[in-house]
Amino acid sequence: MVKKILGYSYIYLILLLMYIPILVLIVFSFTNATYIGTWNGFSFDLYGKLFQSEEIMIAVGNTVIIAIISAVCATVLGTLGAVGGFYAKRRSRAILENINQIPVVNAEIVMALSLVVMFVFIGNNIFGGANLFSFWTLLVGHIILAAPFVYLNVKPKLQQMDPALYEAALDLGCSPRQALNKAVLPEIIPGVFSGFMLSITLSLDDFIVTAFTRGSGLLSGAANIETISTLVQAKIKKGPIPPEMRPLTTIIFLIVLLVVIFISLRRNKTINVKSMKRRKLREKE
Amino acid sequence: MKFRFQRKYLCIPYFLFLILFVIIPIFFIIYYAFTDSNGNFTFDAFVTFFTTTNKINVLVQSLLFSTLNTIVCLIIGYPISYLLSNPKFNKNYVLVLLFVMPMWINFVLRTGATRDVLTWLGINGGSHPYIATMIGLVYNYLPFVILPLYTTMLKLDKSQIEAAIDLGCNRVQVFTKSIFPQSVPGIISAAQMVFMPTMSSYVIPETLSEGKIVLFGNSIYLGFANNQWNSSGFMAIVMLVIIAISMLVTRNFTEKDEGKEAATW
Repeated sequence: MVKKILGYSYIYLILLLMYIPILVLIVFSFTNATYIGTWNGFSFDLYGKLFQSEEIMIAVGNTVIIAIISAVCATVLGTLGAVGGFYAKRRSRAILENINQIPVVNAEIVMALSLVVMFVFIGNNIFGGANLFSFWTLLVGHIILAAPFVYLNVKPKLQQMDPALYEAALDLGCSPRQALNKAVLPEIIPGVFSGFMLSITLSLDDFIVTAFTRGSGLLSGAANIETISTLVQAKIKKGPIPPEMRPLTTIIFLIVLLVVIFISLRRNKTINVKSMKRRKLREKE
Repeated sequence: MKFRFQRKYLCIPYFLFLILFVIIPIFFIIYYAFTDSNGNFTFDAFVTFFTTTNKINVLVQSLLFSTLNTIVCLIIGYPISYLLSNPKFNKNYVLVLLFVMPMWINFVLRTGATRDVLTWLGINGGSHPYIATMIGLVYNYLPFVILPLYTTMLKLDKSQIEAAIDLGCNRVQVFTKSIFPQSVPGIISAAQMVFMPTMSSYVIPETLSEGKIVLFGNSIYLGFANNQWNSSGFMAIVMLVIIAISMLVTRNFTEKDEGKEAATW
């Protein structure tokens, strides 16, 4: 009993410490004080200011656009890579997997810098000093950040799959394309989905690759593309987090919380379904 | 001859993408590291790096910070993962999700929040840069330690632990002889998740120490901001070498842990 209380108090103490900064921002998003620590009475003023701030809205829009486009591209590329690699000869698969491992273990900043020097070199020597940095270079950076993880998420699902499935579909009259769509894809879809979600979170959270590879474009127009990360970084370099960004934390927190609740519900459901199936099997026996 | 579709061709786009944007850029880094601004071959960046005390200091400081951060995260995270792997404490996975949840809130925002709260408490980067940076680092990397450790702990061989108890081990012996050796792969992969990212982190030391502490990542970033491709290229190579060394050292310990983050979804 004592052991249990001690264990719980340790877990909750660390959880509390981890959440303090976020919770403080959330609490002080409901007052209009300039600095955290001073309470000017309850108000929703900052929420109004957040939605009026063009700068922040542009950054949020950019972040979401980049996250979705890069996640879709990374998921398609990574999944095709994993499926193709799975059916390729052993040696070519080994090569593919080793290269795939490079961005996974590499430091983000090294990866970002390597892309930048390549684009600078190509711009200087092939396009006569042109500045290549734009939305497209940024997109490449985000895809390379995420695609290897999609590959790693899809691969185990392929290994769990019945290896004869594709041939069986062909024998039953499917074209190769139909066989992939109707037989292979349903088997690996959980891996594809988790790869996609991971790609989204990697892109949303990214600062280094964005800061290195970005150029002008998207909602920022002629200026450098700002995402939430780069905008917040520019602000906190000069001083405390601007008051109108506190409500942003609250909103992000709520969205994440909803997603987490959704996942745990789904997880409990699948666990229940599994145990039901098992029970039924046992009854049959 | 007619083109005939084969399944393995599906990986060609991804393969080309990797070659173009992973392999070739690394060669460009090597090219820049060993040339001067006019494109002539030189060892300048190499010589400057190893003769400037400033750069060596940055390297040593980064290694120290990374080691300390890894150790602190492991000390805090190990008991948590152990408790979480016990179904008595963690009935329906919610606690694990709570520990992982901060990872999904924008980390720059979190870092700023940590800095502001620490300033409010009187530990600001101006007066205590080392403490503030360490707190920020631990705060950010703790979830990355808990997740792989938790996955390993779930796989602990319970019967071996029980056998150890039956054979007369006391609690300390059970831990040192059974639980700890079994959890070594988790410790290694947790350390990998913290050590290198700490070295190459930019936002956290920059924000929390208010620019007073320069880690390897900051140094590369500065080179990038000032268009010094040659020196920052060389630093990136040093980083690559350190990564390669750490991979070789830990290679024998790690088991295959594909999709280590996939477990969350």
